[in-house]
Amino acid sequence: MADATATAAFWSEARHLAVENKLTLVAGLILVGLCVLAIGGAAMAPYDPLTTDVSATLKGPSLAHWFGTDALGRDLLSRVIVATRLDLGMAVGAVALSFLCGTTLGAVGGYLGGWADGLIGRVMDTIMAFPLFVLAMGIVAALGNSVANIVLATAIINLPFYARFARAEVNVRRELTYVDAARMGGNAPARVLARHIVPNILPTMAVQASLNLGWAILNAAGLSFIGLGVRPPMPEWGIMVSEGASYIISGEWWTFAFPGFALVLAVFCFNLIGDGLRDLIDPRRRT
Amino acid sequence: MSEPLLSVQGLTLDFETRKGRVKALEDISFSLARGEILGIVGESGSGKSVLSFAIMGLLDAAARMRSGAIRFEGMDLAQKGAVAALRGRELSMIFQSPRTALNPIRRVGQQIEDVLVRHGPMPRAKAREAAVAAIARVRIPDAERRARAFPFELSGGMCQRIMIAMALACSPSLLIADEPTTGLDVTTQAVVMDLIRDLVKETRMGAILITHDLALAGEYCDRLMVMHAGHVVETAPTESLFGALRHPYTRRLFAATPTAAATLDDLAVIPGALPDLRGTLPFCRYRDRCERCEPDCDSGPVPFDVIAPDHAVRCRHPA
Amino acid sequence: MSSLITVAKRVSSAVPSLIGVVIVTFLLARALPGDPAAYYAGASATPESIAQIRAKLGLDRSWLVQFGDYVNHLVHGDLGQSVSSGAPVLTDLATRLPASIELTGAALLFALLLGLPLGILAATRPGSPVDHLCRVLVTVGAAFPTFFVALLLVFVFYFKLGIAPEPLGRLNEIYQTAPPTVTGLLLVDTLLAGDGEAFRAAFGQLVLPAVSLGLFALAPIARITRAAMLEALASDYARTARAMGLARGRIVFVYALRNAALPIVNILGMVFSFLLGANVLVEQVFAWPGIGAYAVKAVIASDYAAVQGFVLMMAVVFILLNLGVDLLAAAMDPRVRYDG
Repeated sequence: MADATATAAFWSEARHLAVENKLTLVAGLILVGLCVLAIGGAAMAPYDPLTTDVSATLKGPSLAHWFGTDALGRDLLSRVIVATRLDLGMAVGAVALSFLCGTTLGAVGGYLGGWADGLIGRVMDTIMAFPLFVLAMGIVAALGNSVANIVLATAIINLPFYARFARAEVNVRRELTYVDAARMGGNAPARVLARHIVPNILPTMAVQASLNLGWAILNAAGLSFIGLGVRPPMPEWGIMVSEGASYIISGEWWTFAFPGFALVLAVFCFNLIGDGLRDLIDPRRRT
Repeated sequence: MSEPLLSVQGLTLDFETRKGRVKALEDISFSLARGEILGIVGESGSGKSVLSFAIMGLLDAAARMRSGAIRFEGMDLAQKGAVAALRGRELSMIFQSPRTALNPIRRVGQQIEDVLVRHGPMPRAKAREAAVAAIARVRIPDAERRARAFPFELSGGMCQRIMIAMALACSPSLLIADEPTTGLDVTTQAVVMDLIRDLVKETRMGAILITHDLALAGEYCDRLMVMHAGHVVETAPTESLFGALRHPYTRRLFAATPTAAATLDDLAVIPGALPDLRGTLPFCRYRDRCERCEPDCDSGPVPFDVIAPDHAVRCRHPA
Repeated sequence: MSSLITVAKRVSSAVPSLIGVVIVTFLLARALPGDPAAYYAGASATPESIAQIRAKLGLDRSWLVQFGDYVNHLVHGDLGQSVSSGAPVLTDLATRLPASIELTGAALLFALLLGLPLGILAATRPGSPVDHLCRVLVTVGAAFPTFFVALLLVFVFYFKLGIAPEPLGRLNEIYQTAPPTVTGLLLVDTLLAGDGEAFRAAFGQLVLPAVSLGLFALAPIARITRAAMLEALASDYARTARAMGLARGRIVFVYALRNAALPIVNILGMVFSFLLGANVLVEQVFAWPGIGAYAVKAVIASDYAAVQGFVLMMAVVFILLNLGVDLLAAAMDPRVRYDG
């Protein structure tokens, strides 16, 4: 009964904030648009992203090709659209993986304490001892040059954020009365964790995740830019910027600019949504 | 009749906020003479602190003085820059929670020096000596060593005495003490209040003590002013007030003070709560909680009547 | 005495991190796909020569022994041999490190010189154009990938406006001769050699890369500065300072800023993590001869020893920088020293 009124209050507060903060609303809509593009994929593109046309290489933006064509005559707009799926997919995959593993590890450590907590803590500290992008490079170099490994590397370097947060939140709640009640009722630790503690920390963790999505995209794109993971002719924003970079000094700016701005748009929207969610969950933290 | 040290006449003040206009103070009038300690008492939210901030010019940008005047030694403080020039020099204020009211990463002696150098001219070296002397004057032993301490190394009572030292460093004529002893234990309260009283009598400055502790006010103040929801409802010399409480709110307020012999059941409660200061308010802001309320209480602004020498009440049906 | 204890505590807390880093780099090298022995032996190797190489590299022994070997080599400064350059990895890295230090240092300086005043102004003039500019910069700046910013700057300032020099490294060897190496930092060495023209040229080459790298670090610095200053200016002690009649300048700089500096120093750790990582991307774009560009080439060429050496060196640098930040925070906050 209390939950129903709580959720109703949550949604009315969400509506109020959404109206107050129109920018966040716009960001949300753009994000929905990007998701549509990601799901639609090649079906939404005017041309086939892989078809080359040597007669139309490096043509500037025109009515036929809104974003111009690249060095192999491929339509840039189509490539940018099709790349949405890969870039968003990598980010979402990495953050989901990070979120699940990190939250679980942190919650387990915070709840059990002792050597389990110590070990998990040490592992997280060690990850944080590296500059994160450097560690991602090292992981991808070691495990092999593939998209899956980019996702894995991005997930690994983001683990500590979730683990530490979950651990702190679980620690605070471990001694609360309703948890004690559950424990005294004979519930096993795992059950107590899963049914009583975790649902309560999910909102703040969700905010972390949304703030992290933008960062994950930048990470994955950065790795692709230096040649890791994605291989041509696969369309992906990072590698497209890298391919277009060679044509700056000859003036064909559209080859690097459009995929780059696609990255900026996606990251910007994720950041705004994350900020909006954080303001919703914890108004005290508004900066 | 000499000029009062501080004179507030008909002060009405609002705050413009996104959620409406908060009518924080209405028609506040009182005066303070040299050597006098005035106590301002009332519930939390009655406007006591807002009044003191208004006198010191420390209100934020949302504050609007609608009417009235604040005069210090005859000078109008609402004039641009007038009060800023006097702060720390002639007008001083000390606050609640002394530990957070001091800069946590600066030695207390240096903080006192800052005040001295600002209102100088006084070179830093001389200010250092003067700061140590100021600390000694507030009865803190081993003043030289204490001057090098950080606020977190000192007790609450000592921090408050440091604040008093800062406030009195330049020998101001007016000291406002906003809940100076809240949060301190009873013995320390007495030490701090004794110190304030002694310094006031010694230097012949005027002091305003803001508190919700009636016993404290009764013991240390020469005159009392009772506030409710932005209004002054009663003012009188302490002795005569304790003998003859006239405003219904004052009577309830005093009755609500727990004595040593009281049990939880004995505690008298003032019914209702402070009215919301946004939106339309009745002429008498106490009417919804008052047992003596009559139809004519709504007839117009309630006059502030003098009912005995130096004793005034804002009520149409005082007890 | 208590300060010494604080320093010792901080230094000793860096040791477990160092141990962890060494273990991780060891594991990364062992996680390589394929058979490293076969790789080193070459395409035309016979099974016997592969076995020989495996024995020589110690790859047939237990992991614990291999780890012991690895640590032993590290202690003697042996990071292995680079397959691409043929030189010891440590030498390769040491030659290129100053270039990266110069770039990262300049970027940090840029981010601080712009971010701190911006945050302070935004906090002291809320609602003003500066405040809005700060907030826009923080949100938008955090969305631009560093490599994209770098390319945009090259396009605008080199190609379109012709203000910036060609993005081909630290010094255009055709027009300028490099000064004798003293520190390895060109800006310093050119000044020491009294070569004003070379200094200007080196500076010109440094501007765009430093700005590209620094812009992303600018966002969190400005954001934290603004937030911390707002909090400090609204605090009880700021109100007391105002009540005591202290001058506005003193309240902003001595009372508010020194308190706000604490959270600012605390995010420097995160800022360094970013700078050391994004270094790689910027060096790629500007053909900057630092360890980042070296690492990228090594990764592409599957030069495992070089990659491992790079990751290890960056981690050690990062740990040392974090230690420095920790000590700085302790020096600035007496409360931390008191608790040890």
